[in-house]
Amino acid sequence: MKGPGFLESIEAAFPGAVVGSQLEALDPWIEIAPARIAEVCQWLKSRGEPRFDSLQCVTAVDWLETDPKKAAKVSWQPHLEMVYHLWSTSARATLVLKVKLPRWSGDVAGHLPEIPSVAGVWRTADWHEREVYDLSGVSFSGHPDLRRILCPEDWVGYPLRKDYEMPTEYHGIRCR
Amino acid sequence: MPDLIEDDPRIIEFDVRTDEMLVNMGPQHPSTHGVLRLVLRTDGEIVSETEPHIGYLHRCAEKIGENLSPRQWIPYTDRLDYLAAMNMNLGWALTVEKLMRHEVGEKARHLRVLISELNRISSHLVGMGAYGLDLGTFSPFLYAFREREKILDLFEEACGARLTYSYITVGGATADLPPGWLQRCEAFLDQFEPIIKEYHALLTTNAIFVKRTAGIGVLSRAMAIDYGCSGPVLRGSGVDQDMRRDGESLYTGMYDGYAFEVAVQKEGRYPRDHSYPTVPSEAVLGDCWHRFFVRMLEVVQSMDLVRQAIDRYAACPEPLSEPLKLFEKLPVGDAYLETEAPKGQMGFYIVGNGTPIPWRVRARSSSFSNLSVTHELCRGCLIADVPAIVGSLDIVMGEIDR
Amino acid sequence: MAEFLIGLGLPGWVAWSIAALVAAVLLLNVIAGGALVFIWAERKIAARIQDRLGPTRTGGRFGWLQSLADGIKLLAKEDLMPEGADGLLFRLAPYVSFCASFCAFIALPFAFDVVGQRLNVGVFFVVAVLGLEVFGVILAGYASASKWSLFGAMREAAQVVSYEVPLGMCVVVPVMLAGTMDLVTIGEKQAGWMSSWYLFHDPFTFIIFWVYVTCAVASVNRAPFDLAEAESELVAGFHTEYSGLRWSFFFMAEYGSMFLVSGLAAVLFLGGWNGPVPVARLLGFSDGTGESAAYVVRLVGLANLMGKATLGVLFMMWIRWTLPRLRIDQVMTTCLKYCTPIAAVMFAGAMFWQLFLPGGLFPGWGRPAGEIREGWLEGPGGLPAAASPAEDRSSTVTGGDPVERAGLATRSPR
Repeated sequence: MKGPGFLESIEAAFPGAVVGSQLEALDPWIEIAPARIAEVCQWLKSRGEPRFDSLQCVTAVDWLETDPKKAAKVSWQPHLEMVYHLWSTSARATLVLKVKLPRWSGDVAGHLPEIPSVAGVWRTADWHEREVYDLSGVSFSGHPDLRRILCPEDWVGYPLRKDYEMPTEYHGIRCR
Repeated sequence: MPDLIEDDPRIIEFDVRTDEMLVNMGPQHPSTHGVLRLVLRTDGEIVSETEPHIGYLHRCAEKIGENLSPRQWIPYTDRLDYLAAMNMNLGWALTVEKLMRHEVGEKARHLRVLISELNRISSHLVGMGAYGLDLGTFSPFLYAFREREKILDLFEEACGARLTYSYITVGGATADLPPGWLQRCEAFLDQFEPIIKEYHALLTTNAIFVKRTAGIGVLSRAMAIDYGCSGPVLRGSGVDQDMRRDGESLYTGMYDGYAFEVAVQKEGRYPRDHSYPTVPSEAVLGDCWHRFFVRMLEVVQSMDLVRQAIDRYAACPEPLSEPLKLFEKLPVGDAYLETEAPKGQMGFYIVGNGTPIPWRVRARSSSFSNLSVTHELCRGCLIADVPAIVGSLDIVMGEIDR
Repeated sequence: MAEFLIGLGLPGWVAWSIAALVAAVLLLNVIAGGALVFIWAERKIAARIQDRLGPTRTGGRFGWLQSLADGIKLLAKEDLMPEGADGLLFRLAPYVSFCASFCAFIALPFAFDVVGQRLNVGVFFVVAVLGLEVFGVILAGYASASKWSLFGAMREAAQVVSYEVPLGMCVVVPVMLAGTMDLVTIGEKQAGWMSSWYLFHDPFTFIIFWVYVTCAVASVNRAPFDLAEAESELVAGFHTEYSGLRWSFFFMAEYGSMFLVSGLAAVLFLGGWNGPVPVARLLGFSDGTGESAAYVVRLVGLANLMGKATLGVLFMMWIRWTLPRLRIDQVMTTCLKYCTPIAAVMFAGAMFWQLFLPGGLFPGWGRPAGEIREGWLEGPGGLPAAASPAEDRSSTVTGGDPVERAGLATRSPR
């Protein structure tokens, strides 16, 4: 959804929820504070104008440069970025929300970052968040059934993390 | 426990204590369309709970995409929805072009419409034939495959492959159509048009088919939107949405000047500019029959679009635009684009970081969301309805598991 | 044959055993050979219906040896049994099915007096023994220790109670018309022109024939009633766990019963071994014409019946490759809610037709009037038409001992 007016209406409804925005990008996006994402989404779905009644895609991008030479040059700190693509069937408009998360909660490796689940807002998010949990390692609080979806349930690690290393063996099956 | 049983009026009625049974449908089951596993909790023939288990075909396509240039990843998109590989190629190519702010020439544009709509026909033919198979009739499947073969022959001529084409690529297509191709394509369409009546006779209007599909697996409009269903599943529930008309301008621009009407029931009627059978009285909007029927309408619609595209493509004097280089630097930024693939809206997300290799690749597949309604649709149905419902969603495991 | 052997000086029991053995071997060949031919035919017909070629190579042209090759393959296959299966029942089940299908052939006449064993309750025997085939299916499903097989068995059990009722009612109509349960007599009563077939006896029999066809297809588990195997739902239903020869026994039983119900339809409704035109009678042949003439007549009759039964089987193949499968509740609805009332009404209709229009709408046209009456109304005791027995019955119902009726009334709520 283009236009600054929309951004302001979110800010008015949720003071402090909007952390940043980039309205000139190819797909203009609004960055939301991690803790507020579920309520903002609920508002966007039920009260926003237009109503974003459908969620197209939920995904996570792992921003981590594993190559130390390149890592010195990049301008960003390592983090995880959640991207929500919203869609309004009535207005046929899209909206992109982004949320920045630490790669590990409290910087302790293995402790997944937490974010409120939007599965209660759109049922689409149910499986999409499971996939993000499975592949990128984000824990969704309030998700009805947070299990791995594509990988086996006893799989170790989060394959879409940049520092993921494929295990050499899985139940006696050679993987590499 | 005994008190509980005596209090339950259903149990007294049957007089025999019944127990629920867990049944694994798949991953090696004839009608789960690939390696889908459905765990059914059944009470006799009645299914009380269905739980899909997916991931048997997971090939880490997204992770592979983070190590290849966008053009190198084109063959991997073939393997998402392998029944509509052209549409997958197209979706990815357009997404990359969106990120690179690249526009293809007129001729490539019409070629893309022509090829992707032709692939839509072949995908719906498989969907239709396999649906007949799910309901226990074998012949429509072969009638559908007979026609699909001819489309595959045309594709083979154009790009050398019959299933995984990698034909449409970033910046255009890998090759121009061979001479005489358009005439052969037109000859196929002329030959194919009357055959659609056969399909309607064997399936759409068949009394048993109607009995098996009408009123089964009703997906309400609100639920379809809530679950992010798309394509014929969404339109079968009466939601008037087609990315070819409603999507982003980069994609809808491809269909500029093309005349087509979205196949959806509006005010109780489908667009009727051909001799379609009428909707049976038992059918409820959003049931298996409507999902199937929308696909059948889209076959005719796509034929119409192919005809239009043939004329426009033939009228283009300039040569086909050259594809971009294999390793072209991607700008910093991200782009997301949904296209209308035969199974539904296929979304690709790409994050570029200034190198030729994308930082993140994501494929949001329609079947993934479409399949997620299974547990809602199958609640309380009979075992025989499970293949009928799953078949009507027309899923392809390739794009679900990626 | 037995008489012939006794004439040769053999003791009676030996003669009868040899005769029975010969008949049995012949019938076994009919089933086994028939199954081979029909499986090949099914492949070719299915292929042609579906715009393919089917087998083309095995045995030279047309792939006519395909079934034989299949048979050899099945023989060579490993005979698997699931670990948790009930071994005895699992092994027994295919034979139960096959034997039932085979035994029912005993009473089926292939031409006048060309019958394994002429029974005065032939119809009853065939229907009853054919019903036993289902036990093999249920047994197989139950003993396989597979959930899908169990589903198949349960479906079969539900299906059998639905189709047996209307099937029995359909079969009773020709029995009523002929006044006998002897299949040979029923066939012989339809001698003459095509119009004397029971199919064309009156409108009710015409309709009930189609009810019979529906129920017969259901009884042999063919699409659209192949719920017990339902490959798209139950993997392969009751025979999921079977392989090799045991599996092929189920198939032989299926093709055997297909042929049997078609043969039964031919005898009951389609004039049996009598052709559409009474060639033999026109040529002046009869049993009195001489041994060789009778022989020829029987051979022609045999060809007639085989042809009709084969047509029936082909019809079943045709619908199998055309229609989708019904759901179990729809099968039960079709059989119990539609076929049974229709059969009942048609049964009553045929009965009244027989009472009031015994000679047909145009007496003397086609069927010799009165021929059919003999067994039914002018049987022993010579019932004078309709009125009196009905009166008798009503009097016993309304009259009788009041105490006993009261007793009945008090007992009935249980």
